[in-house]
Amino acid sequence: MAIGELSGLELGQATRDAFGEALKELGASYPNVVVVDGDVGNSTRTEPFALEYPDRSFNVGIAESNMVSVAGGLAASGKTSVVASFAAFLLCNAYDQIRMSVAFPGLNVKLVGSHAGISIGEDGPSQMGIEDVGLACSLPGLSVIVPSDAATTKAATKAMLDCQGPVYLRLGRPNVPVIHADDCEFEIGKSIEVREGDDATIIANGLMVGMALDAAKLLADEGLSVRVIDMHTVKPIDEDAIVKAAKETGALIVAEEHLAHGGLGSVVATVVSRTVPVPMSYVNLGDCFAESGDAAGLLEKYGLTPAAIVDAVKKVK
Amino acid sequence: MSVEALSIDQLEEKAKVIRRHIIRMTTEAGSGHPSSSLSATEVVTALWFGGFLKVDAQRPDWPERDRFVLSKGHAVPVLYAAMAEAGFFPVEDLMTLRKLGSPLEGHPNMKRLPGIEASTGSLGQGLSIGIGQALAARIDGTDSKVFVMTGDGEMGEGQVWEAIATAHKYQLGNLTAIIDQNGYQQTGATKDVLDLTPFADRIGGFGWHVQTINGNDMSETVEALKVAAEVTDRPTAIVSKTQKGFGILPLMEEAGDMNFHGKPLSPEMAEKALELLA
Repeated sequence: MAIGELSGLELGQATRDAFGEALKELGASYPNVVVVDGDVGNSTRTEPFALEYPDRSFNVGIAESNMVSVAGGLAASGKTSVVASFAAFLLCNAYDQIRMSVAFPGLNVKLVGSHAGISIGEDGPSQMGIEDVGLACSLPGLSVIVPSDAATTKAATKAMLDCQGPVYLRLGRPNVPVIHADDCEFEIGKSIEVREGDDATIIANGLMVGMALDAAKLLADEGLSVRVIDMHTVKPIDEDAIVKAAKETGALIVAEEHLAHGGLGSVVATVVSRTVPVPMSYVNLGDCFAESGDAAGLLEKYGLTPAAIVDAVKKVK
Repeated sequence: MSVEALSIDQLEEKAKVIRRHIIRMTTEAGSGHPSSSLSATEVVTALWFGGFLKVDAQRPDWPERDRFVLSKGHAVPVLYAAMAEAGFFPVEDLMTLRKLGSPLEGHPNMKRLPGIEASTGSLGQGLSIGIGQALAARIDGTDSKVFVMTGDGEMGEGQVWEAIATAHKYQLGNLTAIIDQNGYQQTGATKDVLDLTPFADRIGGFGWHVQTINGNDMSETVEALKVAAEVTDRPTAIVSKTQKGFGILPLMEEAGDMNFHGKPLSPEMAEKALELLA
């Protein structure tokens, strides 16, 4: 069953596709934006921008370290740099460059990592960014956004170009359900409640938001009223929404397509433990690399399903 | 605007002043990399005071300025000394090097000190940053030039070679790389640790214009920078063969350490050094 199907959601664009469309559209009114690509522009979807604006697009080849520092240099000279690659290669190959050429000087570089998570499927673990959020969150001053659908991805793309400073935007490969209205309000650091509920709260981001809604539907059938929050920004985290949910619903479940360490679960737990300690449970990839296979099969095998979220809710309820 | 170009004699005098600053500030700090700074002193002095680097101490963020990126960030005392002499901050501030609260950190921090063009210290990134700055100048249609100084040990970083290839791809005629080939790195001679010489052949093989000079000779240095300025159709490199600790070599000989990496001179040694550089 497709993600979101249980909750009657329509299948929409992949977040990478929405980003590519938005970037090209915004290119006209943001003449200061430049794109630096590591020869994967047709995968990360920066290609349409590059075709439209060749004078401010640079494919520097398969050399991510250089790519990120070049983006830093462009930003040091006043440009808004968008630098995109697969999440795994961007964060893991060029981490020191992100640290020293972007985060430490606080430059206006927008890091875009596509093909995040295991839902990229057949290409396998070498291509799967599953530690990227943790790595990104570790760097001071770097905002981290994990949008759940096309509408919020487009809004996030505009929001990151409008803000000053470094941002990491995490994108996925598969099509995901439509969660938000096209004209949804989006603010970096401000989560969106996508389902009301009083008995527990599922905090999710990325494609896990659709699954969380499916899980909430299943639990509703059993008489449990579960809130779902789209926590699209992991850093800076929306502490108010977490505290409110903890107080009002008494139990939190965090669902993400990421390793257990360093991602949304870790960030939320840090907030909860020092504010309103309540029982928590987690749905994530634990501490392992995945494998090749079809996306749906992988999500099932590695425990990223509505059923797994239902179980996690029941652990704390 | 840029400081008025000094003559060779005046540049040699200025280099002495800068060397004295380097000795004083690192000895006062009790740490730092004076020998790595001393090898690069002629090039930095010629760039900043020979009429090659167009900067304005009153407007450090002037968009059309030239950029000097010190990729071998540990040699930052030579850059701070040049900046102070150029009026970016009072000369007295040099004595706050590496001290708590001072923007004159152990490695360059562009966020804290106006006039620093890149935060470096993790070797290998400066040339790529310079490429970004050179591309930005091209987009903006300015005649800004970018000068990047790397170390010879630093050439072991693969990213430098990625950058060399990229600068060639974009035919960055506004980019000059200077390799301060002082022959040593942290644990020994560069030829013993990881030998990537001859730099001229290797960089030239990527399609760059290349010159090799004695980078501790002011006349040769100035001449090379003049030639580099004329090269506008492709990136240009100056392989600057230098001696680590140039200016205080007799003292390093006496100490039995021709590398003298990452340590300040003792107050006694500094006193002798200042006499040598009087």
